[in-house]
Amino acid sequence: MHNNSEKQKEQLLRMSGVNPLKCMKCGKCSATCPSYDEMEYHPHQFVYMVESGDIETLRKSDSIYKCLTCFACVDRCPRGVEPAKLIEALRLSVIREKGANHLKAEDIPALIDDDTPQQAVMSAFRKYSK
Amino acid sequence: MKVSYFPGCTLRTKAKELDLYARRSAEVLGIELCEIEDWQCCGGVFVSAKDEIASKLSSVRALRAARDENMPLVTVCSACHNVIKQTNHAMQTDETFANRVNNYLAQDKTPTEYHGETEVLHYLEMLRDMVGFDKIKAAVKNPLTGKKIAAYYGCLLLRPGNVMAFDDVENPTIIEDFIRAIGAEPIIYAQRNECCGGYIALEDPATAKKRSNAVSENAANCGAEMIVTACPLCKYNLVKNGSSIPVIYFTELLAEALGVKEG
Repeated sequence: MHNNSEKQKEQLLRMSGVNPLKCMKCGKCSATCPSYDEMEYHPHQFVYMVESGDIETLRKSDSIYKCLTCFACVDRCPRGVEPAKLIEALRLSVIREKGANHLKAEDIPALIDDDTPQQAVMSAFRKYSK
Repeated sequence: MKVSYFPGCTLRTKAKELDLYARRSAEVLGIELCEIEDWQCCGGVFVSAKDEIASKLSSVRALRAARDENMPLVTVCSACHNVIKQTNHAMQTDETFANRVNNYLAQDKTPTEYHGETEVLHYLEMLRDMVGFDKIKAAVKNPLTGKKIAAYYGCLLLRPGNVMAFDDVENPTIIEDFIRAIGAEPIIYAQRNECCGGYIALEDPATAKKRSNAVSENAANCGAEMIVTACPLCKYNLVKNGSSIPVIYFTELLAEALGVKEG
């Protein structure tokens, strides 16, 4: 593992508070994930790929935008690993970079209708933009 | 009884009825909802990263305002409740986070520190723990007898379970108990505590549709005539994606049962 991915890993673990070594690879997080079918990499893969330093692959994948933060994986993990927090840290590490917002204000009018609650727009900005 | 009240942005706009019926019902149940002065949007979702500070300040300021009034903080929107309760928990348990937040608060006009002193209650918890479902039952004027109602918890009211401490995360009963108190019959179905898709409605509407249909079809197939929710985004996703049964805010049913739906 080269230095850069070691650094990235350290930062992700600090941001998320997740310890991937607690994982016993039972796969329950992915089994319960409501976004499973939309993800190229699934919650359990996030956990072991961060641990093994395969971080760039995750950063480049659309999977970081598919997590619903519903915390099903967090509450149903028998080991308290909290994969959703790791996915959030990865997404933030991408969108916090200059010009890397995934959702832009000018995109909004085309994405909403007369009934869209403000809550949806606020939440999407929190998750996809800095 | 007086409580601090945080309505939230959507209750002022697209979910006015969630707020209106909460206020009317509280009044007849003897609870005074004291709206926090100058409240700001909670941010819609809690960002779990420990180094995310500024986006949580509005929640902390609302919590501090309630603390200074010596009242619990009540919210009715599931999202506001989730964000404010998780922020409060972080202020109680993460010293580094609390210090960084308090550094910001030191710039406020009245720069008092906050350390998680406020009790955060969802309106449903207020009904259960401060009023009591038996008292609500006694106050019902128009019981919704025979109505088969599916409680939709979604994710925000329940999870993370160790922080929200709202009810049993996998087998909650609070909304079913509420449904019984207003004279109706609760329908139990598997999807009641699964996600509707939430904010992905903007990023990937097809996923929101898939999730929302799973919920509404499951409820309808189990014999429900309507779904109740506390969340404007759950309601939007379920309705937008073609729920075959109506989706209604729990406060609207409460006001109807208490006979205060019409102003």
